[in-house]
Amino acid sequence: MSSPVTSLDELLAIGDDALIAAQRLAQWCSRAPEMEEDVALANIALDQLGVARLVLSYAAEVEGAGGDEDTLAYLRDDRQFRNCLLVELPEPDFAFAIAKLLFLSAYQRLRYAALASSADERLAAIAAKAVKESAYHLDHATLWTLRLGDGTEESHRRMQHAVDELWPYTHELFEGNDLRPAWLSQVEPVLAEATLARPTDGWAPTGGRAGLHTEHLSYLLAEMQVVHRAHPGAKW
Amino acid sequence: MSGAVSGAPGPVGAAARPAWEAAAAVVDPEIRVVTIEELGILRDVTVDPETRRVTVTITPTYSGCPALDVIRAEIARAVRGAGYDDVQVATSLAPAWSTDMISPSGRAKLAAAGIAPPGPVGVPGSGPVGLTLRVRCPRCGSPETEQVSRFGSTACKALWRCRSCTEPFEHLKAH
Repeated sequence: MSSPVTSLDELLAIGDDALIAAQRLAQWCSRAPEMEEDVALANIALDQLGVARLVLSYAAEVEGAGGDEDTLAYLRDDRQFRNCLLVELPEPDFAFAIAKLLFLSAYQRLRYAALASSADERLAAIAAKAVKESAYHLDHATLWTLRLGDGTEESHRRMQHAVDELWPYTHELFEGNDLRPAWLSQVEPVLAEATLARPTDGWAPTGGRAGLHTEHLSYLLAEMQVVHRAHPGAKW
Repeated sequence: MSGAVSGAPGPVGAAARPAWEAAAAVVDPEIRVVTIEELGILRDVTVDPETRRVTVTITPTYSGCPALDVIRAEIARAVRGAGYDDVQVATSLAPAWSTDMISPSGRAKLAAAGIAPPGPVGVPGSGPVGLTLRVRCPRCGSPETEQVSRFGSTACKALWRCRSCTEPFEHLKAH
């Protein structure tokens, strides 16, 4: 008997979160505050990309339209992406990159841990592998959050600003799941130890899972897809 | 099961033995002192008794390991060199690779090459910040070491420094 298959929309949500996060993280390469951090964020981007490839390959098979991971990554338009808004938002300074990584990796770790016991065996195997990598990402984001939040006056100000700006976008992560209490119990102590104020809940922008994105995704996709679209079928 | 002869990890059938040995000798393209067998990423080798098609199953270390394509190509080349014309390399994710799967000889070779081998994998979810206890310097053996960066030149390694002999070194992270 074969295992049940996850819906295309859900696979795209998981795969697109990882793909868009990978693209944003990779943009830090050569721009991070220190060389070790270039390497670290590029490594985390690679982990995200690895998960994206596995999930989007699976999604392409489920879709059954003859496409593959590349068709889904490079030939869909913005309205066809199902990632959460958080991952597509720009990162105007390093504090934004770290706050996003903290929020995203805490969520992905919980999500993958839950999916690892999914009845869909293929997705469960991908998630069981990814959850170990997310734990590293969360460790890394935690250490930087403490360092910046409990650092200088300037680093504290910037980290608090990033946390405040991004917090509303975390609500969307928990549409269709009940992981927010567990996520809060992970994130809140980190913020507290970093002497950062936990923002109050209020505005909760949404739409990513339905393909309604910010304009930032369109610019990101333009850069990510331009080579593939300009040279269809090119190999190297 | 079909009549296929399995190469590993149990007893190896005579028909699969040369294919297994050829695949097992492939070295990791990023850490060229250990073989894929020693790293624990070679999962299975089967030979179809009728078609003589060889199927080699491997597992990635990390989901995004960029060395995987090279490893696939080198396995195919090695097994073809052992006299099998039809070689397929399959990827399996479950059970997820862990550094606990690295063999004792693999650990010894890593240490000899200046890469501190991983300790046992900790209990998952045991805390928000994982700690690696006492990584010994692969050059002087001192336990007085510190992590410089948890991400190194490849996905599976971290960058460390020895406070005794002051040399930097790489550490294969327990994973």
